[in-house]
Amino acid sequence: MTVVAKSSLIGKRIPKMDAPEKAAGKTRYVQDINLPGQLIGKILRTDRVHARIVSIDTAAAKALPGVYAVLTAADIPKRGLGVNKDNPPLKGDKVRTIRDEIAAVAAETEEIALEALKLIKVVYEDLPILADPRQSTQPGAPVIQDAKPDNIAMTFDYAHGDVAQGEKESDVVVESEFYLHYVTHCCMGVSGIIADFEPTSGNLTLYSNTQVPFLHKREFSEVLGMDPGRIRIIQPPIGGGFGSKLDIYPFEPIAVYLAKAARRPVKLVFTREEEFLASPTRQPALCRLRSGAKKDGTLTFRAVDILLDNGGYTSWGATIPFVMMQTFSSLYRVPHCLFHTKAVYSNNPYAGSFRGYGNLQATFTVEQHMDMLAEKLGLDPLAIRMKNAQESGEVTGQGMVFTSCGFKECLTTAASRSDFARKFTDYAQQQSKPGNKKRGIGLAAMIHVGGGAKIYPSDGCGTILKMDDFGHVTIMTGASEIGQGSETVLAQLVCEELGLPLDAVSVVNNDTEVTPWDVGVHASRTTFIAGNSAIGAARKAKDKILNAAAKVTNMTADQLEMRGGFVVRAADGEMVMPLPKLLRSLHFSDKAELVMTTHYYEPSSVHQDKKFMGNVSATYAWAAQICEIEVDTDTGIVTLEKVTAAHDVGRVLNRMGLEGQIEGGIVMGQGYALTEDLMVRQGKVLNPGFRDYKLVTAPEIPEMDISFIESMDGEGPQGAKGVGEAPAICMAAAIANAIHNATGVRLTRLPFSPENVYRALVTAKGGVVE
Amino acid sequence: MSLTVEIRFTLNGSPTRAAVPPGLTALAMLRDIVGLTGTKYGCGEGECGACTILVDGLSVNSCLMFAVECDGRAITTVEGLAADPANDRLRDAFVEEGGVQCGFCTPGMIVQSKYLLSQHPHPSHEQIRRGLEGNLCRCTGYKKIIEAVAKAAEGTP
Ligand code: FES
Ligand code: FES
Repeated sequence: MTVVAKSSLIGKRIPKMDAPEKAAGKTRYVQDINLPGQLIGKILRTDRVHARIVSIDTAAAKALPGVYAVLTAADIPKRGLGVNKDNPPLKGDKVRTIRDEIAAVAAETEEIALEALKLIKVVYEDLPILADPRQSTQPGAPVIQDAKPDNIAMTFDYAHGDVAQGEKESDVVVESEFYLHYVTHCCMGVSGIIADFEPTSGNLTLYSNTQVPFLHKREFSEVLGMDPGRIRIIQPPIGGGFGSKLDIYPFEPIAVYLAKAARRPVKLVFTREEEFLASPTRQPALCRLRSGAKKDGTLTFRAVDILLDNGGYTSWGATIPFVMMQTFSSLYRVPHCLFHTKAVYSNNPYAGSFRGYGNLQATFTVEQHMDMLAEKLGLDPLAIRMKNAQESGEVTGQGMVFTSCGFKECLTTAASRSDFARKFTDYAQQQSKPGNKKRGIGLAAMIHVGGGAKIYPSDGCGTILKMDDFGHVTIMTGASEIGQGSETVLAQLVCEELGLPLDAVSVVNNDTEVTPWDVGVHASRTTFIAGNSAIGAARKAKDKILNAAAKVTNMTADQLEMRGGFVVRAADGEMVMPLPKLLRSLHFSDKAELVMTTHYYEPSSVHQDKKFMGNVSATYAWAAQICEIEVDTDTGIVTLEKVTAAHDVGRVLNRMGLEGQIEGGIVMGQGYALTEDLMVRQGKVLNPGFRDYKLVTAPEIPEMDISFIESMDGEGPQGAKGVGEAPAICMAAAIANAIHNATGVRLTRLPFSPENVYRALVTAKGGVVE
Repeated sequence: MSLTVEIRFTLNGSPTRAAVPPGLTALAMLRDIVGLTGTKYGCGEGECGACTILVDGLSVNSCLMFAVECDGRAITTVEGLAADPANDRLRDAFVEEGGVQCGFCTPGMIVQSKYLLSQHPHPSHEQIRRGLEGNLCRCTGYKKIIEAVAKAAEGTP
């Protein structure tokens, strides 16, 4: 008898499936693809911040040999892009931000295209600049978008309970104003697209970096005024996403219009400078927060007023309040909560979605207030959080339902592994000792959606699964791979169902002609949603296989199982037949059949109502992160030494992939807090390059101690939750709390650059820095 | 069309000729004229390391080098490293230690690591961190890349 042992890939360290090709330099990103006959597209961007366009003269550019198309707003339909449809791909009447697209060229070579741009003459009439969002709603402020004369792009209001009542019940109240700055994604692969339009058939093929191919299909069809059925989106591997590819941006329809006009494929790729100037940022915010608590630390209320600088146009940045309000209303039990946000137009750059989607900003304020309340009440930071932390079974004021919740375990794990309590007290006592090197430790915690986010009517994902005659499985999934490792996790989950080794599975995820619908890669949803979808398809295949095997073995399907590429007897693992043999016997029989299944998974979450009530995600991810730092009080330099992180991940699927996500997120959060700063002054971006925009480099990373809390979510794939965004969220708040622990000074404005920290320390002592 | 200069050099071990405009970067030559797209453009100003190649065994940002400067030199790109089984240990270490996510920085990281290991066959963690200072990665947080280089160095005679 041959027994096939049970084996599982869940929780193992599985290398990313596409890593070998990437490490050989074979992977072809959009930048690396060239189509026959392709032209190079380039965009003329304005150097004005706010100006009326009097005239654009393209005659000389058009006359340049090698130029095949020159377009301005006059040549294309007047349709706007983005959340408020206020962003025309090419601007015709006026420019509102420094990067505004005013003309585009397709030419034989990049050199000629750039030459042609120089020949375009634009006459402007400058308009008064609105650079400070606090001025946007003042009487007499320049109007940025004629359709919104009050300069208000969007407002969000949410409330539960009665904050006045909460305030009455409070023994202590704290109030502060926080400022969160501009940072940008800095994907190592710059933005790019190739548009291939065939005028006779009307077929449009896009080679695109999008994270949301199916939503883009619809949006492209609206913007271009064409049949969505004619649009095919092919997604080459992406050099980083982080939320930046969630909206359509002007360069994409511009490339299509150029391809249409020139009747040749057009490739349009940014320079790094363009990437800094013309891709979306993280949403800057000015937050006023008031929080209260009783003597024993019980939270009483939170009142939040947030001003978002929407810039000249509206992309996803304006909608971050969706996510922010969850942190205010539901990270802790808060009986009374009032939340108001206003996104106002200005002549500054505009923000898109960025990993964490408003939660870095919200957590920065809430988690500093937890420490401030604790300090006033003489409690320690861990105690006040444990007192108010959510638990399984809770339904929050906003209607979020916490089924699996490992929040308290995250807090206690991170605290004990970092020796938080002792260090916190020690460092606080050493504040007043002589010496310029001060050590500090700070804690912050977070909640984030972990089971998708139903911000569209469907938050689903489709899978098509097929098996060949040799037992090889191909999964066609709607879920895009953006470097996060989703393809490997999906393969693992299918292997688990079908008892197959990893190399028996391949994943196709890059062509809308082939793959079924998915809402897109955002909201940390892919493992959860696409994972459940893939499991559904695999279970149907398994059913088919075991039923077929039952017929030829005189056993019932439930007496059989799949293991190691065999059909085996469930009771003892005795080999019944190799899987390929069974598949062939199904295929080459009288009733010839192939094993092919489909599954569409829709999570149990709900689309929130107009008051933002409802359980928007099927589950929630939790985390606590503790940062240890050293502050040099003579220079303001903050060194991040160690991060102790505990994340409720539901269940570990791919341990290595998960660690990679958490480590990468921690370092991204470190950059947000300490080094990155897109300097925008009077609407101008002062540092559009890596020389002056500092990403964290290898020597600066902290020691990282990462723990996974496995709360085994009931609806999650094998119990897992999504965590892609979680690790970046707490960092700035934890570092702020650590700086306070080290120096006794509370920093409420990001970034914590040496200059800002030094100024704050001197000012707190009553000094003046000129 | 701009004037071109004819240059001869060794590319990944093979003698190569190319006609290049004088202002062209080595990066653009590799990608657009020779057609080796493994070497990446990340910034074009020597700040990210995505374009790292070896020139006579030294690591160089190819975006800062003129193509004409390749004349008479031995150039190695990530494709050249991948073609030599002697480098499999390094490449496998990146794969097995999780040093690759989106992979855009990976070719530059691998070439830089090759150089680093040629200088320090048994590097300390600090030497690895310093050695990779000029290579940006937005995905991994560097830890697994550092571990990959350390692993590749293990067992090196
Ligand atoms: S592209 Fe050469 S260093 Fe960035
Ligand atoms: S793996 Fe994406 S930039 Fe390094």
